[in-house]
Amino acid sequence: MPTSSQRFPPRLLPLGDSAWTVEFGERIDPSIHARVMGLGAALEKVRTVDPLFAQVLDIVPTFRSLTVHYDPLPGRGMALREALRQLAEGSGEATLAGRRWCLPACFDDDFAPDLSVLAERGGLSRTAVIQALLDCEFRVYMIGFMPGFPYLGDLPEALRAPRRRTPRQAVPAGSIAVAGQLCGVYPWASPGGWHLLGRTPVPLFVAGDVEPSLLAAGDSLRWRAVSRSAYEEVAADLRHGCRTRRDFEQARETV
Amino acid sequence: MIATIEVIEGGHGNSIQDRGRVGYRHMGIAVSGQLDAIFARCANALVGNAESAACLEMRATGPTLKVRAGALRVAMSGEVAATIQRPDGRQRRLAAWCSASLDNGDVLKIGAIAGGTAYLAVSGGIGVVPQLGSRSTYLRAAIGGCDGRLLAAGDSFPCRRLERDDLGEYRATPWRHDGGPIRAISGPQTDCFGLTALADFLAQPYTVSVESDRMGMRLAGPALAHRDADSADIVSDGVAPGAIQVPGDGQPIVLLADCQTVGGYPKIATVITADLCRLGQCRPGATIRFALVDLATAAALLAAREARWQHWRESIRGHLPLDYVDENALYRSNLIGGVLRAEP
Repeated sequence: MPTSSQRFPPRLLPLGDSAWTVEFGERIDPSIHARVMGLGAALEKVRTVDPLFAQVLDIVPTFRSLTVHYDPLPGRGMALREALRQLAEGSGEATLAGRRWCLPACFDDDFAPDLSVLAERGGLSRTAVIQALLDCEFRVYMIGFMPGFPYLGDLPEALRAPRRRTPRQAVPAGSIAVAGQLCGVYPWASPGGWHLLGRTPVPLFVAGDVEPSLLAAGDSLRWRAVSRSAYEEVAADLRHGCRTRRDFEQARETV
Repeated sequence: MIATIEVIEGGHGNSIQDRGRVGYRHMGIAVSGQLDAIFARCANALVGNAESAACLEMRATGPTLKVRAGALRVAMSGEVAATIQRPDGRQRRLAAWCSASLDNGDVLKIGAIAGGTAYLAVSGGIGVVPQLGSRSTYLRAAIGGCDGRLLAAGDSFPCRRLERDDLGEYRATPWRHDGGPIRAISGPQTDCFGLTALADFLAQPYTVSVESDRMGMRLAGPALAHRDADSADIVSDGVAPGAIQVPGDGQPIVLLADCQTVGGYPKIATVITADLCRLGQCRPGATIRFALVDLATAAALLAAREARWQHWRESIRGHLPLDYVDENALYRSNLIGGVLRAEP
């Protein structure tokens, strides 16, 4: 058995005749994801200089693989496959080079209907659950399920629970939710089966913005607890343009 | 010069679509776009538009449209027909696969869609403001088209006004999609399935379920067995339109243009690009079979399809409309100039 994700040779899987999925593993694991992001970075670098990559349309990182969508019309899918394989074997792991975010989170009762359930399950107090969440520096594994929805990991063992047996018909926008080893945020109201622990006033998806999705795979994120009044204040400031979503990005630490 | 069309009745299942929204899938934004890109291209070609022009995709009942500022040209593709009502009470039928010019006050009432998908193209394309590089309606994120939703009464959109001497109409024989099984490439998760699953998948026809929309098409037929219970769920990876995912009940779902960007069900095979447009014509109750091809065959089929389409486009012929003749303009028109004038 390979002990390090580095030893798992990348697999090139065809997703029809218009995408390759380059797979580095089968688990949700930071070191596998680091290889996904490593290939993504290498691909972005060659994309603009090597004409073979001109056919690439979309590059989608996931937990454990990078899906590269391409234009099938030139008929160069096999050449792209070989080029991706070489890149994947040479690219290694990327350090978490994305942006660092610190987003406000309000844990008021009506925002956090599942906090007690999760606390009971983990044998923790409500405060301890919130503290455990605040202590996490999350990695953004990928954006999916709906536009702007981030899959954040990993949760500490005490906060892990299977998703709700019966999904809710409508989860309110901005809800911070957990299931298994993951935390997520619903960018807008939607049905959902994850446990709701709080809410953020910062919209994760704004269609009119230059970058509609606030977060990107490879970013990191921490939650900062705020009171209900601070939550409302941030929401109003963002609505009125007194603050922008970028204000919650943190300066890179200098080494 | 701008012409304007107003929506009198929205019909059902009608949305503005172009070739789709490329470059945003890493943000979880579906590619969207026309389900049957070939039919859409045909309609666009019949009004002289580029392939990139946005048109109206119709899936159930067509809308009723009124020209507020004309003139403009329209054409439909697919199994659909319409009536044109002139302000003076004259009425005529408009068949698919031929264009018609409409002027101020003309009402175009489009009927039910018999096939899976039909298109209405208007001269210059439907000029709604693009969002994230595309005019395609994406319902889930409420972007593109008319406020990101289906067409509704009261909507209006601009298109290109015709020049006064632009009188000819255009027609062609209906485009015919390839027949036979829908072709797919196996994978990416064939190893999640039992030994016979792929053979089972190819052996029997599947029926398109009523639970189908622009995101995906549920199929009913022989259940496909996963390798074991754990293999019915995978750690989510990338998906694309055409991907055939198989949840725990073994009944396949073919993803379509508005599908999510990632998914957690294993995918047994993925429909090739050349055949995606054929999925757009599958109505609930239709039966489809699948066949596997390799990547080289998929590329050859796509190239052949493109060549056939070029040929179809060249087969478009101009003709004179049977009604709505402006004689003065006719004499000025280049279209029939050669016919009326004795060549030296």
